[in-house]
Amino acid sequence: MTAVTANTVSLSWYEASARQRIDALVDAGSFTEFIGPELREMSPHLAIFDLPEQFDDGVVIGRGRLDGAPVLIAAQEGRFMGGAFGEVHGAKLTGLLRAARAQHQDVLILFDTGGVRLQEANAGELAIAEIMRAVVEARRDGLSVVGLIGGRAGCYGGGSLIGGTCSRLIVSEQGRISVSGPEVIETNRGIEEFDSRDRALVWRTMGGKHRFLIGGADMFVDDEALAFRKAAIDALKVGRRCDVTVLEAEQTRLERRLQRFGEAEDAVEIWQALGVDNPTDVPALPTSAFLRAADNRENADDAR
Amino acid sequence: MEKLSFRLTAPNRAGGTRAQAIVGVVASGNLEVLLERASPADICTIDIATAAHGFGAVWDAVVRDFVARRSAGGLRISINDGGARPDTVALRLAQGIRKIEEPER
Amino acid sequence: MTLDDILAGLFPTGSKIETTGAIIAGQAVLPDGRPIHVLGITQGQPLGVDEAILLAGHVIEIVKSGDRAPILFLVDSASQRMSKRDELLGLSEYLSHLAKTLLLAEAEGHRTVGLLYGGSAAGAFIATALATGTLVALPGAHPAVMDLPSMGRVTKLPIDVLKAKAEATPVFAPGLDNMTQTGGIHAIWDADAPLAPRLAAVMQRPKGQDDRDRLGAKRGGRRKAAEIADRVVALAATSYQGAQHG
Repeated sequence: MTAVTANTVSLSWYEASARQRIDALVDAGSFTEFIGPELREMSPHLAIFDLPEQFDDGVVIGRGRLDGAPVLIAAQEGRFMGGAFGEVHGAKLTGLLRAARAQHQDVLILFDTGGVRLQEANAGELAIAEIMRAVVEARRDGLSVVGLIGGRAGCYGGGSLIGGTCSRLIVSEQGRISVSGPEVIETNRGIEEFDSRDRALVWRTMGGKHRFLIGGADMFVDDEALAFRKAAIDALKVGRRCDVTVLEAEQTRLERRLQRFGEAEDAVEIWQALGVDNPTDVPALPTSAFLRAADNRENADDAR
Repeated sequence: MEKLSFRLTAPNRAGGTRAQAIVGVVASGNLEVLLERASPADICTIDIATAAHGFGAVWDAVVRDFVARRSAGGLRISINDGGARPDTVALRLAQGIRKIEEPER
Repeated sequence: MTLDDILAGLFPTGSKIETTGAIIAGQAVLPDGRPIHVLGITQGQPLGVDEAILLAGHVIEIVKSGDRAPILFLVDSASQRMSKRDELLGLSEYLSHLAKTLLLAEAEGHRTVGLLYGGSAAGAFIATALATGTLVALPGAHPAVMDLPSMGRVTKLPIDVLKAKAEATPVFAPGLDNMTQTGGIHAIWDADAPLAPRLAAVMQRPKGQDDRDRLGAKRGGRRKAAEIADRVVALAATSYQGAQHG
């Protein structure tokens, strides 16, 4: 076997494209794409709206090696249509998750999505349901499905629901996880409920640090491709089934979260209740200091 | 969408051995460029789908300049454009050439 | 049709259903004498963290009982609750958890049937109706990802233009027929026919296979999804053999 090497050039996960993320994540030169751009499997629906298409419909899927082990990989491109799930985009992911079970291989999903693509909303919504089902089936066969979240578009809408079915989630500070986006909440409930232009509010309500502190994500990393790679290697070492024991533990964990924090008005109150010193400083803390401050965080070990 | 097609004589043949390369992303003010080794060595074809209508003359100037100055012979180039400015188009085309010339691993 | 009408039609011998806000949970007896669990979200209410955890708790209790009885999940909801509190508390985890418990129940031998009899949208639809093994609907049900006016705002298209486009394709616009054509809904029940025999027929369906993309292809509402997914599965098998021998 050839020596396992990563691409060591420093690369911001947030700034990188889907293809750059895959190249930096897997062992150098090990990626083989399925249904690549040269096959031009583009959305058949965007033309109805006179919108431009992309050759890979905004998601790159295939197989590579991670520290020598074969893994299936999907990476969403958050800059194309906000990384949203359309028919082809979603079906590529569904197929990859079904292939995981057939080939008995773990999966990495590099999320970067605003959710369902409205121009093909019904197809996108059904794809989300099909992917969630395929993730659970793969996990029930003992496979790991690891989500990596730190892209421009975050992980919103149906993407966040798929994220919730993963066995483990790796997140950076930039990795926002939420069902309804800030603008959607503001549009539906008013600016008094949520001011979408208040970026600090968005980050502390939906951002990676908050999700890590409440147990919504399992590993917190710097906005660096190499940090995501190391975390992904570690994440795949932990087996995580999806059986009644795990889901009962998740039930207990999520009930406890409502009991502990259900009355909180703001994330800072939750961080205070978690025993974080100087909770208002959390957004400004660099990763190492944040991880020390997060010592008493809620975790989701064996409960996701 | 407006579709444009060019078939140009290329003075310089594309280097490297990669069968294909892709650069860029389809977003506002951006574009993706797919390069495939498919044409005769002295020909470069370029097919464009663009969201910005009525810029045929600008595209004509940009792609002719590109083929004249870079090593694009033997390439079939396909572009999905989200309304990029000419300098962005030229940059992506140059990046595409560099990428398809990269040594294979 | 009201919820009471539906329950009476489905279970002529009666049912024991408790109501907690918009959430219902209980048991009934099928005409053939077998027991069935009944869960649901009703009254067109949104699905937030509090409702999701309650429903998931019921599903886990059912799975732990080991009775392998079927579960009927009734749905008349809004979308996910759009609030700061729900997102602050991690709504995505609660909705996923509910979906996972339903998928778990099915995998553990409980047939799961969704019955959409009112509205449902977005995350609430995914976490409930779309997480069941077979989803059926009554006429007048109105599933949506997003309503057309909101869609108009996001896509910056006038509502008339959207409506015209919706005539040409079932792929984006809300509605029962569109969701059925894309394969999300197995069947729309006839409102005038007795409900109990329809449910009995659903109970005879093969279990455990996600055939929604195939249905969508057959009905013409989603022509590409099944073919693309199949190709990926085939490519993964081929490239793996290549990797082993190469």
